[in-house]
Amino acid sequence: MAETGDRVREWPMPDGATAPTTTAMLTLDGLGVEANGRRGSSRILQDVSFDIAPGEAFGLVGESGCGKSTVALAVMRYLGRGLSLTNGRILFEGRDVAAMATAELRALRGNRIAMVYQDPMSSLNPVMTIGRQLIEVPLLHGETDAAKARARAIAMLGEVRLPDATAMMERYPHQLSGGQQQRVVIAMALMAEPKLLIMDEPTTGLDVTIEAAILDLVTELRAKFGTAILFISHNLGTVARLCDRIGVLYAGRLVETGSIRDVFKAPAHPYTRGLLAALPEHKAPVAGGGHRRLSPIDGTLKAADRARTGCAFAPRCGHVEPVACETRPIALTAVMGDGAHMARCSRLAVVAAAKPSARTSMPAAAANRGQVLLALDKLSKRYDLTGRFGFTSGASIYALSDASMAARAGETLAIVGESGSGKSTLAKVVSGLIPATSGSATLRRAAPHSSAPGGRLREAESPGATEDTGALHTSAPGGRLPTGESPGAMQEEIGTVGVDQRSPDTRRRIQMVFQNPDSTLNPSHSIEFALTRPLRQQRGLSRADAKAEVLKLMERVRLPADLLRRKPHQLSGGQRQRVAVARALAGQPDLIIADEPVSALDVSVQAAIVNLLGELLETGDLALVLISHDLGLVRHMADWVAVMYLGRIVEYGPASQVFAAPFHPYTEALLEAAPKPDPDASAPAIVLKGNMPSPTERLAGCGFASRCPKKIEGVCEREMPPVRQFGAHTIACHRELSGGATTSV
Amino acid sequence: MLRFAAKQLFNMGFTLLAVSLLVFMLNEWTPGDVVSKILGPYANADQVEKVTREMGLDRPAIVRYFEYMGRALTGDLGQSIVYRAPVASILWDRLGNTLLLAAVSFAVIVPLSVVLGVLAGSREGSFTDRAVSVFSSITASIPEFAMGVFLIAIFVVGLGILPGTSPLRSDTGWPIWSQFVMPVLVVTLYDAGYLISMIRTSMVEVMRQPYIRTATLKGMSFGQVVRGHAVRNALIAPFTVILLQLNYLVSGLVVVETVFAYPGFGRMMLEAALAKDIAIIEAGTLVAVVVTMLTQLFGDLGYMALDPRIRV
Amino acid sequence: MTEVLPRLETRDADADVGGTRDPWLAVGLRVLTASPIGTIGGVILLFWAIVALFAPWLTAYPPNRIDYLLIADPYPSRAHWLGVDNLGRDMWSRIAHGARTVLTVAPIAVLTAAILGSILGLLAGYRGGWIDALITRIGDTMLAFPKIILYLIIIAKFGASAFNIIAVIGLTSAPIIARIVRAVTLDVKNRDYVAAARMRGESAAYIMLVEILPNVRGPLIVDFFLRLGYTTIAIGVLGFLGVGLPPPDPDWGGMVKETYGLLFVYPHMTLIPCLAISTLVIGFNFLATGLKEAGQDG
Repeated sequence: MAETGDRVREWPMPDGATAPTTTAMLTLDGLGVEANGRRGSSRILQDVSFDIAPGEAFGLVGESGCGKSTVALAVMRYLGRGLSLTNGRILFEGRDVAAMATAELRALRGNRIAMVYQDPMSSLNPVMTIGRQLIEVPLLHGETDAAKARARAIAMLGEVRLPDATAMMERYPHQLSGGQQQRVVIAMALMAEPKLLIMDEPTTGLDVTIEAAILDLVTELRAKFGTAILFISHNLGTVARLCDRIGVLYAGRLVETGSIRDVFKAPAHPYTRGLLAALPEHKAPVAGGGHRRLSPIDGTLKAADRARTGCAFAPRCGHVEPVACETRPIALTAVMGDGAHMARCSRLAVVAAAKPSARTSMPAAAANRGQVLLALDKLSKRYDLTGRFGFTSGASIYALSDASMAARAGETLAIVGESGSGKSTLAKVVSGLIPATSGSATLRRAAPHSSAPGGRLREAESPGATEDTGALHTSAPGGRLPTGESPGAMQEEIGTVGVDQRSPDTRRRIQMVFQNPDSTLNPSHSIEFALTRPLRQQRGLSRADAKAEVLKLMERVRLPADLLRRKPHQLSGGQRQRVAVARALAGQPDLIIADEPVSALDVSVQAAIVNLLGELLETGDLALVLISHDLGLVRHMADWVAVMYLGRIVEYGPASQVFAAPFHPYTEALLEAAPKPDPDASAPAIVLKGNMPSPTERLAGCGFASRCPKKIEGVCEREMPPVRQFGAHTIACHRELSGGATTSV
Repeated sequence: MLRFAAKQLFNMGFTLLAVSLLVFMLNEWTPGDVVSKILGPYANADQVEKVTREMGLDRPAIVRYFEYMGRALTGDLGQSIVYRAPVASILWDRLGNTLLLAAVSFAVIVPLSVVLGVLAGSREGSFTDRAVSVFSSITASIPEFAMGVFLIAIFVVGLGILPGTSPLRSDTGWPIWSQFVMPVLVVTLYDAGYLISMIRTSMVEVMRQPYIRTATLKGMSFGQVVRGHAVRNALIAPFTVILLQLNYLVSGLVVVETVFAYPGFGRMMLEAALAKDIAIIEAGTLVAVVVTMLTQLFGDLGYMALDPRIRV
Repeated sequence: MTEVLPRLETRDADADVGGTRDPWLAVGLRVLTASPIGTIGGVILLFWAIVALFAPWLTAYPPNRIDYLLIADPYPSRAHWLGVDNLGRDMWSRIAHGARTVLTVAPIAVLTAAILGSILGLLAGYRGGWIDALITRIGDTMLAFPKIILYLIIIAKFGASAFNIIAVIGLTSAPIIARIVRAVTLDVKNRDYVAAARMRGESAAYIMLVEILPNVRGPLIVDFFLRLGYTTIAIGVLGFLGVGLPPPDPDWGGMVKETYGLLFVYPHMTLIPCLAISTLVIGFNFLATGLKEAGQDG
């Protein structure tokens, strides 16, 4: 359709070139925003055009730094200092926002257009009650009767499903949970019944079940009030769930726009295609037995890319053609005849003809694969809260209760759950940062095999231990097995042993990759120092040997050696996370714990780190414990899955079984709630209500009972659920299940 | 709340005890001093010993410490050597003068600092902000004695419209009220500079918070946002510091009092220190510490009232 | 119980700027370009540093040479650029040598405080528990003590000397620096790179000195210059109150004290040392402001 550059229809559409279509409520026409700083000016947004009809939900997606929040703030004419609107128009209900007088603008803000922000806690004034902050809105926009405003605020708190609205009015933001805070922000935005609601990453940072509930609420309120929505997100799944149309931003330019179905089913721009390809497939068969590769987008967005005349994506694009892509500005071009689906690419036909990059699968290594390296048995961590004078106050936090599972060589054990579920506590206990209060964690050595590197393994493992494959409770608990302290010991008890008490060799064998790329590396030290230190200190290498080894590590994580002299702040988030992986590998560990290793990274960067972690398992010597809230990622990587809630494991088993047939209602709800980048995915059938109970309460029954949609009245909240075993699959639930052999708790 | 107050009082009592003991011990290191001071340089050893015994100075220090504290609680603070009078009579008189000067200065400094700090911080980087920042940075850099000298050079030597000394006596030819102008001006310029930059920094920080954006995008005017949402938040952090200025204003006025010959608490302490008048030093130190701790207590309480996140 | 996860924003986009420059040079350049205030402060300090360093070669007369004949006409002249004081001593020479005194005593005092405060702050923040409670308690008690009165007591007790001034300022400033270091330590010790160091089995001393201390550098350097300003004022005040460095060696505060009574007759004798101390402190404060601005920028 769009082969020849000069024939294509360009945006704005010929019929809408002079005047915006009458149906549009918001029209962005060639929007350009520049930042002027001491270091010169740079283009933040360039030629961004789209419109939103009344009642329509438009999703704007893009990775960090693409300028999506700037679009939102430009619509409100609230550009920060140093930012200025240089081109184009923003028309809201036919009026130019840029040309409005201050009074007119104020009448618009919060009244006709309202906004919901990313971080609800910091978006609410900490020293004002919820009530006062809500009542302000109608009082600013014409309402003179304070009592009426108050009544309206209470009604609106009810609309967003907050319990006990009247009492809520007197509360302060810090007394609410994150989900409740976001409901308050939504209520505040809806106080004046705006025509357009701008939501800037409204669910980012919230747990997946809370996110599902908020998205549910927004869908419902949108139907009720007929509000149009500009929904900004980095998460393609949430956009797919909520929006009618979508725009994809890259480096401040809209590279593709169209209906959700068109863009997700037939992405036209290489960047959009790359984004979708980088995501783990939510319908693919579950990992188990070999690791499939994701397709990351090569390179990173550089500051200089914004200034390019041609396509900003060209340096990272696999279809780039110097003349067509880089010499002249490229306009949005219709992909299909009617122009509803458009992309900013000069090689649409070539791209469309290209086969979607195949997901190459990697062979699963045999050798030691499947041998248990770490076995947890009823591991528990309790914090006793201390009172004012150092006495125990009686209250305790049960961060982890009776966790039993195993990590196997060459395999990934994934631990999933929401914040507060105890998954990070588990990671810290295994890593020794916090010793457990009771139970055991046994670190074992893999049996030697022909390709064992460097002859590190000196003692053969006893036959009894190697046979221990699936069930945990059937085999001997760790305490009864002989435990050793010496570095060469066959197995060692580490659960209740803090990192300071562990032997140097044990410390070397367990390494961790942390969540936050901003804090994983010391900002004061060079990359070289960060990698050299563990080599010298843990493996006792000489300066020269360490230097050579550092280069090998950098190669292994695919980083150029010239980054070694840099400081962490000079690296991108993805690069820092690679260095973190290299640092973990420096000690030649047997077990790597990755605590949300990619959750702070952009989708296109995530894929590369996920692949890197997958590669580590290829030799079959190493076990990976993956802590994550992202079920898509877990589905992609995990061989074994443990689902945690309130410090307990509610379901544990081979990933294929858990994902195919989740037994536990919580697992089911988590899987339902995870947003899927698929317009065909149905809205979640189960949306959990309420919040996780406080971990200081010692509940008599199932921790999930208060939110469980399948709760058995009178049983679940009174008695601990039995732990039942179906082969390798374990579940803790009261509900009747067919064919299960019940074992005692 | 009650528990918090009780804990604070307990801490205060502890600190007071520690400080008093410290001062007492410090002055104990050379016990002969007091007696030789009283008797003068020509006293012989016998006389010194006799007086030492009469005054009870030969007994263990710890015993005398508790005796001293016991008397102090009944209001008997001992005899001053320099002023040749009971310490209490001089102390309360001088303290009263200083409190008067402190109160007047405080009443000028706080509103001035809040207004200028908020004005500068609400529009970071604006001309007002730059001007206020540079001005406050300069005034806070000039020591009080130098500031006093500059102002005297201008208003007293140059223009001759204000008195150069403030002995609080009407026989100097200047009305009493006019004698306050110069000391208050010096204190204000020096101290407000510090407070303004504190409040400005806090205000700048608050204006960058997302809830300020929320308020603006509700449709509020800039003034409404600043008054309704920013100021209270911006005053939380500097609040304790603002109250601590009272502390400076009581014990830190020694320089200003010396420059203007003002008969205050600080100058009394200086004279006592130079003359090694231990009774006055001890009593004065205790008073100063009590003032400090009271301001700290009020600071904490006010802090809690301002910030709902901190409740006990 | 829903905690808010860390925000999903890393600045991938702009991370590729900047090469491998020397950080000190970079900071210096940034101060020059980012902050005119900082530049002014730097120039003032450079002036006083040169004056202090080369005082003997920049002056024609010894600072303590008394010449009563000159008192008849003490005003600035060709022979005595800044005039002479009440004893006929050359003002320029006394100012220059006074700069020497203050620029020796103040940095040593502040450095003492910084070292002591850093050690205490690191220990309190990293170790926590009763060590923290003890250090914090002692620090609070010292801060509750009115500083100027403490100076007076100690100087009155042990006499005035450069050593005593350094000791008093070092001791009284240390708790404030300890507080700054402790706050940063409490934050930094929960960072993942400290967890990584602990998992490697690094000693507490290594973690405190190598992993934590370098990250306190920023706030410490800004505080260092602010504190040099306060300390210069404190030294001046002690001199003015007559409990500073013992005469006859030149000390700006002492010069003001000696000639203060002559303000109506020979104002230059008092005004010049006042100007000297004021500009020096302004220099310190401006430079601190500049460093702070440069730090926020980068």
